[in-house]
Amino acid sequence: MTAASVAGPRPAGAEPALAPGEPILDIRNLRVTFTGGPKPVRAVDGVDLSIERGEVVALLGESGSGKSVTLRSILRLHPERKTRMQGAIRVAGTDVMALEGKALTDFRGKGASMIFQEPMLALDPVYSVGEQIVEAILRHESISRADARRRALQWFERVRIPSPERRLDAYPHEMSGGMRQRAMIALALACNPKLLLADEPTTALDATVQVQILLLLRELQRELGLSMVFVTHDIGVAVEVADRVAVMYAGRIVEIGAVRDVIRSPRHPYTLGLLSTRPQGGRLSGNRLPTIPGSPPDLANLPPGCAFAPRCTFAVDACRIAAPEVVEVGNLHHVRCLRTDQTAQVVTSPGTLLP
Amino acid sequence: MTALLEVRGLVKQFPIKTGLFGRPKSFVSAVDGLDFDLHEGETLGLVGESGCGKSTTARLLMHLVDPTAGTIRFEGRTVGSSELPLKDFRRQVQMVFQDSYASLNPRLTVAESVAFGPLVHGVSGDEATSRANSLLARVGLDPARFAGRFTHELSGGQRQRVNIARALALQPRVLILDEAVSALDKSVEAQVLNLLLDLKEEFRLTYLFISHDLEVVRFMATRVLVMYLGRVAELGLTESLYTGSRHPYTTALLGSLLSMDPDHRAESAPISGDPPNPIDPPAGCRFHTRCTYAEAVCSARIPVLTPLGEGHSVSCHMSEPGSGHARAPGRAA
Repeated sequence: MTAASVAGPRPAGAEPALAPGEPILDIRNLRVTFTGGPKPVRAVDGVDLSIERGEVVALLGESGSGKSVTLRSILRLHPERKTRMQGAIRVAGTDVMALEGKALTDFRGKGASMIFQEPMLALDPVYSVGEQIVEAILRHESISRADARRRALQWFERVRIPSPERRLDAYPHEMSGGMRQRAMIALALACNPKLLLADEPTTALDATVQVQILLLLRELQRELGLSMVFVTHDIGVAVEVADRVAVMYAGRIVEIGAVRDVIRSPRHPYTLGLLSTRPQGGRLSGNRLPTIPGSPPDLANLPPGCAFAPRCTFAVDACRIAAPEVVEVGNLHHVRCLRTDQTAQVVTSPGTLLP
Repeated sequence: MTALLEVRGLVKQFPIKTGLFGRPKSFVSAVDGLDFDLHEGETLGLVGESGCGKSTTARLLMHLVDPTAGTIRFEGRTVGSSELPLKDFRRQVQMVFQDSYASLNPRLTVAESVAFGPLVHGVSGDEATSRANSLLARVGLDPARFAGRFTHELSGGQRQRVNIARALALQPRVLILDEAVSALDKSVEAQVLNLLLDLKEEFRLTYLFISHDLEVVRFMATRVLVMYLGRVAELGLTESLYTGSRHPYTTALLGSLLSMDPDHRAESAPISGDPPNPIDPPAGCRFHTRCTYAEAVCSARIPVLTPLGEGHSVSCHMSEPGSGHARAPGRAA
């Protein structure tokens, strides 16, 4: 390795060129079934997702929607004996599904890396944070330990950990929640991955700290030109970081589009419900909240048609027969719903959605 | 309005290190001199970040942990004394916890869980069962389908409904809701919030609603109490506090709310850093280490909870007349 690779945070666009137009992440018809239980659970059911270089896409959904399973599939983190994975995943041209053994561990951290929700669980408690970053760098690059430590320090400065030199030798339990998450981000970026995955990175944090981490991620993304998949259950968080949002329900992407389009003119009844059910800015105080009836479906017993149909006020018989195909409702705005003509009327009638 | 619950000088210190002969060497002051009233019929929202003592306060009120100091009075009678034994108090005040699974006995059916409290308090078996069934129906769980189920057969939202039914089984007047909807998915959360509003009207309940979600608190609460590291930072009517906060911490918390508007994303964080460690809290005003307006007086002296009128009060040297802070109002003549 040349000295240049020790330079730490890389400038935007310093990557080897990808074929023009080729997405950094391309998922085709991903199906993930967990077979460990009494009944197979289809957690992801035909996800297509394509992300351009430098783009941030948020996967938004409730528990059991398949958002985290999709994300973890990109690193092939599911236990192999208990998981059936079908479909194709390509990261910067690499066929992830075909990776085995050393090639797979090479890919993790270098091809794509992950920021986990709870850094206390993701970091090793018996090594200092600095050692863990150094180890990750040495695993992927043949540079000296001193250089690796220098790079770790640069990343610590980059994620704005106060007194970084001293903090490198701190153990995870000696850091506050926000600081640990900053260290986690430094670790995830230490090997300059082509794709950064984030699984609810701010959910476990307090509100005042969450904003700081979101701002940091957005700044790093902009300056390094990071490509990112960001999993969250919080629409507010998705709005802060993402260019596009993919709303997931029962293992499928039911709506995907630019953040503005999905927030301002949602066309899937589920997205519509999620947005209007939020108490926001005291807008509904003293009244009852509009609700989505029922509860999320049991993934081991999914209905044959649209999984949302049993809770959907727009559903007709056709919805219960076969899963709806993708409908284009606008530029880059796609919805899996048979009733988009109906939802369009809701969106245009005033007072039903957020101001 | 009359105060149903009066909390005065409530303190809870948890020992964390024990020295020779098991004597504690240091303490976490989880709650450090809390004064507030819970008025009949209101919903008092209790907000703050993790470690600020919200949940400890709830547990202290229920006497699930014993206070180090301070008194809790219910309708003027001291809780836990001969005036009001704990068992009688708990008939009046019940609690719903965040973890709906851990707070139900897995070996009891749903109906047995709900009927358990009344049985302990001397209600006959038949009466307890019929009360359980009608409450289950009231919280939206058809007793014919759900009464005989076990908790692992229910979804999170259904389990939290059972917890609410169980809390109501003794016909209490106060419910303490400790992050009761925080573990639920958003689509289910709204259903449970509506249910809580309906039940409050129907049974004329008083709520202490603890949550870290400021939007939900704004929706539910009539008054809001903001806590920071075991102390009251600010207390006021919901809308006046949300639109005219006077404590820099409240302002920062509200400023951390996400806009939901792609054209108005957050530009800067209202405050930096994490909440300090409650084991070794800052002297004086506990917020001074993160406060942009902090002056010498802030680290020297604990601010007094100062009334601002209309039930709004704040613990901040900037609002305390003659405190010595440059922004403080002059002492009233």
